[in-house]
Amino acid sequence: MIVLAAVFNLNHPAHVVEWHFIQLSVANLIVIALMLVVFALAITLPFPGAHARAIARRTGGDPE
Amino acid sequence: MSAAQPPKPTWTGRVREAAVEALPPEKLLPDGQPTYVASWIYIFGVASIAALVVIIGSGVILSLKGPAWWHYTGIGHFINSIHLWAVELFFFAMVVHLWGKYWMAAWRGGRTRVWITGAVTFLVAVPTALTGYVSQQNFDAQWISTQAKDGLNSVGVGAFFNVTNFGQMYSYHVFLLPLAVVGLVAAHVLLVRRHGVVPPFELDRTALATRLPQAGGPPPAVPVGEPPSARTEVTS
Repeated sequence: MIVLAAVFNLNHPAHVVEWHFIQLSVANLIVIALMLVVFALAITLPFPGAHARAIARRTGGDPE
Repeated sequence: MSAAQPPKPTWTGRVREAAVEALPPEKLLPDGQPTYVASWIYIFGVASIAALVVIIGSGVILSLKGPAWWHYTGIGHFINSIHLWAVELFFFAMVVHLWGKYWMAAWRGGRTRVWITGAVTFLVAVPTALTGYVSQQNFDAQWISTQAKDGLNSVGVGAFFNVTNFGQMYSYHVFLLPLAVVGLVAAHVLLVRRHGVVPPFELDRTALATRLPQAGGPPPAVPVGEPPSARTEVTS
């Protein structure tokens, strides 16, 4: 007995995007896009406590 | 009776002294990292290692229980899924780590071997994952192995790797290639400990400028990329 069905219907061939000789599945494209988003966020979002640590380093104090 | 002779050097003693000289304890297990490491882009290396730990742990359970267990029991499906998704996260984190290190030119300051061990780890991880996909013992594995067979034959290495041979691929997947990945990751981490985390470009330029001689003088003795002091002002 199937208790839980898949969130997405996977009972079909993969959707693919074709451009000349390049052929990528939509699933792989989504993962690549996610990696780009995470990369952009990682270099732009401030790290918690980074500013306090920098000040503490300069003044020789305790960052905590 | 002659005076006491100094102890004869042994190979174990020489190895110990070389190891301590290359990686003293305060470098191997430091109390802290430079301030510039407090950035999200620096977490993807350790995220890759965390995923690798989960991969190895779940993989050990799968190898102990066997294909019938991972195909026909609920807990088997669960551990199999943990193994798969840890691999997805491993590659996801490793690719973001690679992009970050590429754009900060992490091979600066004598870190060539750090870069190379990281890049080779990525290359070895690809066949490690492939041999896992073809070791599933299901139709997915059959499809992937027959596609991979054609690919490997087209580049002339089909005589060495038979991806349709479960026994051969399983040995590669659970022993030879993971051993290589873990060894490379260990070397990579030890090299990072030895050379320190690569500083940002701006900090690098600041550190270099303080060492530049007067105009017309000789070039600085310190190569570009030498890690600046942890107390150097942070540019964030």
